[in-house]
Amino acid sequence: MTHSPQSTTPQVPGSETRATQVSRPRAAGVQRQRQGSRNAMFLRMLLRAAMVRPGRAISALVAVVVAASVATAMMNLYVDVQAKLRKEFRSYGANIVVVGRDGQALPANALEKVNNVLRNPAEDGRGTSVNTVAVPFAYAVARTKAGEPVVVAGTDFDKVRKLDSWWSVSAWPGDPNAALVGVRAAKVVAPDGGPFPLTFNGKPHDFTAAGTVRTGAEEDSRVYLSLADFVAWTGVAPSSIEIAASGSTADLENTVHRLSAALPGAEVRPVRQLVEGEARVLGKTRAALMAATLVIILTAALCVLATLTAWVLDRRRDFAIMKAIGASERLINSFFAAQAAALGAVGAILGFAIGIGVAEWIGRVNFHAAVTPRFSVFPAVLAGSVAVALFSAVLPITLLRQVQPAVILRGE
Amino acid sequence: MFARLIYESFRRQQRRKLLAGVAITLGVSVATAMIAVATDIGDKINRELRTYGANLVVYPDQKNLDVVIGGVNLKPAGGDTYLDEADLPKIKGMFWRHNIVSFAPVLAVNTTVTRVSDPGSPVEDPSHTDPSHTVQLLGTYFAKQLKYGEETFTAGARSMYPYWKVNGAWPADDSQDALVGEALARELGVQPGSELNLGGHTLKVSGILSTGGNEDSQVIAPLDIAQAMVGHPGAVGRVYVSALTKPEDDFGRRDPRSLSPADYDRWYCSPYANSIAFQLQEAIPHSRAEQIRQVAQNEGTVLSRIKGLMLLVTLAALLASALAVSAAMATAIFERRGEVGLMKALGAHNGLVASMFFTEAALLALIGGAIGYAIGNLLAQRIGLWIFNSRIAIQPVLFPVVLAIAVIVTFAGSAASIRKAMKFDPVLVLRGDA
Repeated sequence: MTHSPQSTTPQVPGSETRATQVSRPRAAGVQRQRQGSRNAMFLRMLLRAAMVRPGRAISALVAVVVAASVATAMMNLYVDVQAKLRKEFRSYGANIVVVGRDGQALPANALEKVNNVLRNPAEDGRGTSVNTVAVPFAYAVARTKAGEPVVVAGTDFDKVRKLDSWWSVSAWPGDPNAALVGVRAAKVVAPDGGPFPLTFNGKPHDFTAAGTVRTGAEEDSRVYLSLADFVAWTGVAPSSIEIAASGSTADLENTVHRLSAALPGAEVRPVRQLVEGEARVLGKTRAALMAATLVIILTAALCVLATLTAWVLDRRRDFAIMKAIGASERLINSFFAAQAAALGAVGAILGFAIGIGVAEWIGRVNFHAAVTPRFSVFPAVLAGSVAVALFSAVLPITLLRQVQPAVILRGE
Repeated sequence: MFARLIYESFRRQQRRKLLAGVAITLGVSVATAMIAVATDIGDKINRELRTYGANLVVYPDQKNLDVVIGGVNLKPAGGDTYLDEADLPKIKGMFWRHNIVSFAPVLAVNTTVTRVSDPGSPVEDPSHTDPSHTVQLLGTYFAKQLKYGEETFTAGARSMYPYWKVNGAWPADDSQDALVGEALARELGVQPGSELNLGGHTLKVSGILSTGGNEDSQVIAPLDIAQAMVGHPGAVGRVYVSALTKPEDDFGRRDPRSLSPADYDRWYCSPYANSIAFQLQEAIPHSRAEQIRQVAQNEGTVLSRIKGLMLLVTLAALLASALAVSAAMATAIFERRGEVGLMKALGAHNGLVASMFFTEAALLALIGGAIGYAIGNLLAQRIGLWIFNSRIAIQPVLFPVVLAIAVIVTFAGSAASIRKAMKFDPVLVLRGDA
């Protein structure tokens, strides 16, 4: 920019500074005018520095943009990943189980009460239940035609389907008296696949096997009926309710607490196996992500520092010329600082936009759901970028200040 | 002459070389650390997911059904078939034996329990006799030393179920001690040190067990006590196995009997839950093995999500460090257009100038890459120890890969600037007008 004709006009900032230094009190209007023209000059210098030779500024800007976008993306992911993973963990099924005390059946309105508790968040707004499912289960032991005992369960098929997504089911029953038969039970109960009779307390009933279920656990040796069919046949009421509640460990405890208060006759317990495993895996994943975030941000900041320092050092001729024609130390400092700050700010804004895009892309590819943009990280990104940029401008200037301008201009 | 040029360039322009070198080193160390963590996190998280307990179960190949509601066996005794305890160490002889984290045999017995009043404590009410409860006693291994061939290993509930909490001490596998579930202990009023009479056997309560599951109302005792109660020495009802598995894909779901020999080998040699179940079935005679779908299936989903996340983050980190290195190289070369002008004025061809710059870039990339690899290695180990309390396995093949990436990125970052530097008219550059 020092080669542009404008900068050789009489209004060089240096001469003005000197003029101000020797000035006696003068008319305020002149003062203001000078002040104004000086600010305009300063702005023009900044602008032309960026525009006359954009190559150097652009490579520095790229470094800032990259750092800011990586920082934004990582911070967004870090905040959002917990919610995303929690959703994945809900496919493990129920994390709260409500059972009657001492093997008793639950009160008739238990499910209604549970749904009430789940629908209404606590006073402090925690434990809201967007994705919660509560499924009733009733059990009885019936006999097959050959007299073999088999566990028959009554439940709500639509809800089980949501709760226990791991059930491998050949076909879900829809018709009345259609049963879902466990793969092991199927060999005993309905080896030929036709309708089969079951007897409970001397009451025989015919069912058709609509499909089989395979889980690798106790479900394989059971016969599942719809709750309506089951109650009509046996008269046995549900003895347990399985609940998949979303939220953090604290939210879960809160929900358990409120459920116990609503159902004094029942035992409400979290499925510790799931709750603990979830907490552990989530904790480790977040820690790994945090380590990655820290390492990446630190490296990006150091790269910005290196690039910007080189950029400022490269402009030592500008520095020397300004000094030689009499610019004050403060002016030069503020000139370079303003350039660095502007670079940091522009880089942060561009980087923030790109970073949001990157986080969004990762969310879509990996979790098939959007990552909510967090505008709250913007101030941090902006402040960080400007701070690193300022720091990398101040460092070389303090070095240059000790050098005579003549030495630099002679190219030594 | 060429070598001297390069040597002098490194000797005289230490500051510039240092800046570019630092950028490359940092970029490579982040890349190394991230790749190492991302490739190993699957294995680490897989181990964390083993907190969920067994993902495979082996039971006798029989036709009769389980009649179990809420963990209570309602089936009348008799007519049961069992697995043989002597076959269990064969699990460690399977193809995927190193993926077996632990296993626990289980034998359930319905029995009655009465409290033997503590000899030390005074009996408050002499007329009060302890009521007898029907409970389920579960015989299992706690931390049993087993031997297969030359190899010894430990199996049992302690390593299977990290979420089991014991207030008191774990029983030894050859003792007459037992764990009593929390709910049952409250009902019976027992505490660690009390004695119980279980179907004629006197057992000492070594600890109170809390699991949040059905075990809370059961008695857990060494396997041989349950065998003595059933009257079948060596009998095992079922075996729970905790194995490190690979997320199931379409290939993993195929039926091994329908596969071609080559596909069958590939299926057999992949640690799918199904193929490990298949091998368990082969190892233990007269058995059926199944994956416990609740654990096995969801494990795969969670695992692939976390692996995918780290992979994408690594990709983003690689891209960022590549851009940062490119920016640093561009700056470093732009500064040297005066040199280019001088060389060209002295008659150097563009090719010579370019090869000099590329040689320098390659040297920088190799040196920075090697140092960066070492730093990244340390960083990955730190992260591993900090988060997972275990070292992160780093594949040696990563070193040449990382070096190659460093050289490619450095070249790519320099190429545009070198081409631009060569386009300058030497006269203008040397006059300082360019």
